[in-house]
Amino acid sequence: MIALLQRDLALSVRAGGGFGLALVFFLIVVTLTPFAVGPDSAILAGIAAGILWIGALLSCLLSLDRILALDYEDGSLELLATAPIPLEAVASVKALAHWLTTGLPLTLVAPVLGVLLNLPGPGYFWLTLSLAIGTPALSVIGTFGAALTVGLKRGGLLLSLIVLPLYVPTLIFGAEVARRGAAGMAPTTPLALLAGITLATIALLPFASAAAIRINLR
Amino acid sequence: MSLWEYANPRRFMALSGAVLPWVSVGAIAALVIGLGWGFFLTPDDFRQGSTVKIIYIHVPSAMVAINAWLMMLVTSLVWLIRRHHVSALAAKAAAPIGATMTLIALITGAIWGQPMWGTWWAWDPRLTSFLILFLFYLGYMALWAAIDNPDTAAELTSVLCIVGSVFAILSRYALVFWNQGLHQGASLSMDAEENVADVFYWPLLVSIAGFVGLFVMLVLIRTRTEVRSRRLKALLQRERMA
Repeated sequence: MIALLQRDLALSVRAGGGFGLALVFFLIVVTLTPFAVGPDSAILAGIAAGILWIGALLSCLLSLDRILALDYEDGSLELLATAPIPLEAVASVKALAHWLTTGLPLTLVAPVLGVLLNLPGPGYFWLTLSLAIGTPALSVIGTFGAALTVGLKRGGLLLSLIVLPLYVPTLIFGAEVARRGAAGMAPTTPLALLAGITLATIALLPFASAAAIRINLR
Repeated sequence: MSLWEYANPRRFMALSGAVLPWVSVGAIAALVIGLGWGFFLTPDDFRQGSTVKIIYIHVPSAMVAINAWLMMLVTSLVWLIRRHHVSALAAKAAAPIGATMTLIALITGAIWGQPMWGTWWAWDPRLTSFLILFLFYLGYMALWAAIDNPDTAAELTSVLCIVGSVFAILSRYALVFWNQGLHQGASLSMDAEENVADVFYWPLLVSIAGFVGLFVMLVLIRTRTEVRSRRLKALLQRERMA
């Protein structure tokens, strides 16, 4: 499993695996927002937490189809399916690799971009924390979507259509934590619910992902 | 003799063919009576005026929209567990009807909301969760349409339906947490205190029966079409083999 994780990380960092692409996309979304809503810093401060969450979510979406598609095309997914580790573990490791190369960098970059959007002072801590807790769920849900659409020729758009509604609860609680944090209210209730969603998806969704991969490989 | 015998496509076709005319006549009669009674024979509400009559379309379509997804969940589980093809086809047949009902509920709600709340749309938990339900329907149908192999499509959409149900319920409660509602509570419940007044109640029940009957009728027709198109494909393949 560790070997698989190392392989996936190496693949995404080298060979045009899209590492960094999500970060650049995130930066662009944040840069474009003031052009759309105007440079008024009071307005920006009000929506900063939400924009950063939406930006992180969309950046996460960009690299989802890479989680399984390349392995499916060159046949290594079939090798993994016959490997001694269960397919559920493969799905979990794939999600972990995606999080390490997408969710974690996005979380680390988000406070810096918060400066650009005039995020209020107490918001930085809660924004980073909510992203750190919420983005694993995005990766795990995304892996499930990728597993559903891996057999399709042009699954990218369909993948977004399927995955985005599934992101709703995570986004609601995650952005609520950041928004309440930025506004100086107590964010612990949505934080606990967000953590609950993340833990539940990590525990349960790999089974659904593995089932979808098995169906696609048959 | 058990329910599962009707999972055999031939038995299903025979039974559904026999039942379909009765269901159709019943559904149309209930719709005509319910809507006619509701539109022409009930008084206007003293505060809402005649807009209250939207209830006869709004409430039944919303109920059918939710229960159609529930039916798809059950038939998806039946397909995954017992591998009855008719079950998977019924789920496929129900999805566009459910999506249409969701859309009808949203649109009639907007038309009703404009004079009553002064706005076509509000980010109220009920409204928003219906919008999300609509998105789930769209994703589900898109996945069916995208996959060539019918068995693979049935399996993957079943998995999506099950996972989607969990997330749809999660979203529902997340939305209640997220924003306070403008929408009223339940109009119908076992607790008679909460119900709408009797003049509106009975035509509403008949309308609901009509919408449910309409749903059953459409699902049966569409499932029969799917079974026939499956048979046709098999026949064509046999021709080509020979």
